[in-house]
Amino acid sequence: MDFSLTEEHKMLQKAARDFAAERVRPLIRAYDPLHKFPRELLPEMAEMGLLGVCLPEKYGGAGFDYISLGIVSEAMEWADASVRETIAVHTALNSLGIFQWGTETQKQKYLVPQAKGEKIACFGLTEPGAGSDVAALSTRAKKVGDTYLLTGEKMWITLADIADHFLIFAKTDPEKRHRGISAFIVERDFPGIQTGTIEGKMGVWTSNTGWVRMDNCEVPAENMLGEPGEGFKIAMSCLDNARYTVAAGATGIMRACLEASVAYAHQRETFGKPIAQHQLVQQLIANISQRLDIGTLLWQRVGWMKNMGIRNTRETSLAKMYCTEAAFASASDAVQVHGAYGYSSEYDVERHLRNSKAAVIYEGTTQIHQLLQAQYALGFKVDKPLRRELPPYTE
Amino acid sequence: MKAIVLMKQTPDTAQLSASMDGLKLMAEGGPRIVNPWDEYAIETGLALAEDHGGEAVLLTMGKPESTEAIKTGLAMGCKGATLLTDDAFENSDSLATARILTAAIRQQGDYDIILAGKSAIDGDTAQTAVQVAALLGIPYLGYVAKIEAVDFDAKTITVVRAIDSGRETVTSSLPAVVSVLKEIGEPRYPSFMGIRKAAKAKIPEMGLADLGLSADEVGAAGSNVQWTQVTLPPAQETQLELIEGEPEEAAKILVQKLLAEKVI
Repeated sequence: MDFSLTEEHKMLQKAARDFAAERVRPLIRAYDPLHKFPRELLPEMAEMGLLGVCLPEKYGGAGFDYISLGIVSEAMEWADASVRETIAVHTALNSLGIFQWGTETQKQKYLVPQAKGEKIACFGLTEPGAGSDVAALSTRAKKVGDTYLLTGEKMWITLADIADHFLIFAKTDPEKRHRGISAFIVERDFPGIQTGTIEGKMGVWTSNTGWVRMDNCEVPAENMLGEPGEGFKIAMSCLDNARYTVAAGATGIMRACLEASVAYAHQRETFGKPIAQHQLVQQLIANISQRLDIGTLLWQRVGWMKNMGIRNTRETSLAKMYCTEAAFASASDAVQVHGAYGYSSEYDVERHLRNSKAAVIYEGTTQIHQLLQAQYALGFKVDKPLRRELPPYTE
Repeated sequence: MKAIVLMKQTPDTAQLSASMDGLKLMAEGGPRIVNPWDEYAIETGLALAEDHGGEAVLLTMGKPESTEAIKTGLAMGCKGATLLTDDAFENSDSLATARILTAAIRQQGDYDIILAGKSAIDGDTAQTAVQVAALLGIPYLGYVAKIEAVDFDAKTITVVRAIDSGRETVTSSLPAVVSVLKEIGEPRYPSFMGIRKAAKAKIPEMGLADLGLSADEVGAAGSNVQWTQVTLPPAQETQLELIEGEPEEAAKILVQKLLAEKVI
């Protein structure tokens, strides 16, 4: 057993953390109050190779392993959840989905420009009336000749107004519930698609969240990802990849909260000594530190499993559930360490607390993951091999 | 075009604790990084290679662990690197260091320009690049803020130098040694592809014998300057005063206070 990061990982971590500290965080501090998406970061992230970090070079990626996807997710969310969300949606939910399930033609046409960051991609599963209950989705895809006509509405879609490509889930056979769902690669330029922004979110203000409306949107039949009726399995495998980035990202929030709390505890004095000397403050800091280590071990195990090509739905769900709850609790503890200042937007911990609430809801609520964990433990759920597995990492 | 970038690995002064002994700190203290001024030299070399074709390569004298900084330079885009390392090089002053670098440069074949940061953040002598130029017998252009024009075929370069009283524009023949300032251009981030290649790279090393130098030309024996003590600047007492009120009023009070203190 070897818990160490490779030299390659360490160099990547340093580069990603430097970028987060020098470039991302100052921009987020300026844009968060304005609810502005930091669009200018996208070409910079593309040039570095951030948007295709774990995709093979032959598909335009940087060729790193899956642990590296976690490393960059952690580094970005240390600055702000929104930048990690871009990676979760563009790289994990969409691009890894095409990498796993796509035909060679689809990979050349869509994956290559996405891995290079020339095109931005998002994921359309959730609907106004269907979140955790995926089988309830009501978007329909009707086949007419060589074209599918998609009609329906997607909700809470990250990058809705930014993306060039959408991975849309729609029912091709409504009778069959979740077995009647298919996945489609949709381009913004296809006739019949419209997007808009959702306002009034509690946090993640620099992320673009929106809706996607399709009215007989014309999608060529060759743009179906996987086989007809395979959409539910595709969606779940995409979620395995994205939940992993959510888990790793949440440890970035915890690291940011720990650093901020430690610095503040040394600097702030009450009752004639730094608050770092007060035991109840120490307890808050010990809690954050403990959660950060547990969370890191959980996501890194998943990264290793992905590298080895081992199915990790249970472990990913556990990491996502634990890390996001731990990040929310840690951000709350960090605000507590900062006292009234922590409740003000002057300090990053206030933003982290608002942001961290979103992740215990999206990509499967904590309650959904608790049910999953119970079902695995009770033997009610056993993962069956998929027709196409995520390829293990090869150098 | 071939640019040779002289790069040094230094302590990360942002991470150092004030309690450390100065000499020990320079030798072994804390995390180590690419000398931040040299990052601007690397950027200059890479930008010249992009604009004119060719390559930038790194030359570093230091301990074997300097490979870490070298790999950062490779990840930024440098095409090659040589590490000049030998126990005999320990405690070299800037002149002895310049001898070592010069001997290595002479083995590099044709080159068009030698680049360096304006100084290193540890020794901060700003002497090494000048001495390299002197030993090679080529021009030295120090504190360069901008390259106005460069013609590698005609072997000329025109640069803007920062001098005490302002700026001066100078034209020189090439090859030359050029030390650069921050204004030359923000260093790029390493690309992830570059990191993967750099992490696997084996850095060629050269020692005393490879460079054809004798032991009395390098290290403490070949140095005229010895560092006997290095101390941190004494901590300064600072006082904070907050001026309350509307910005216009506060500014007036601030100006009065600055005048009273003879700051302005």
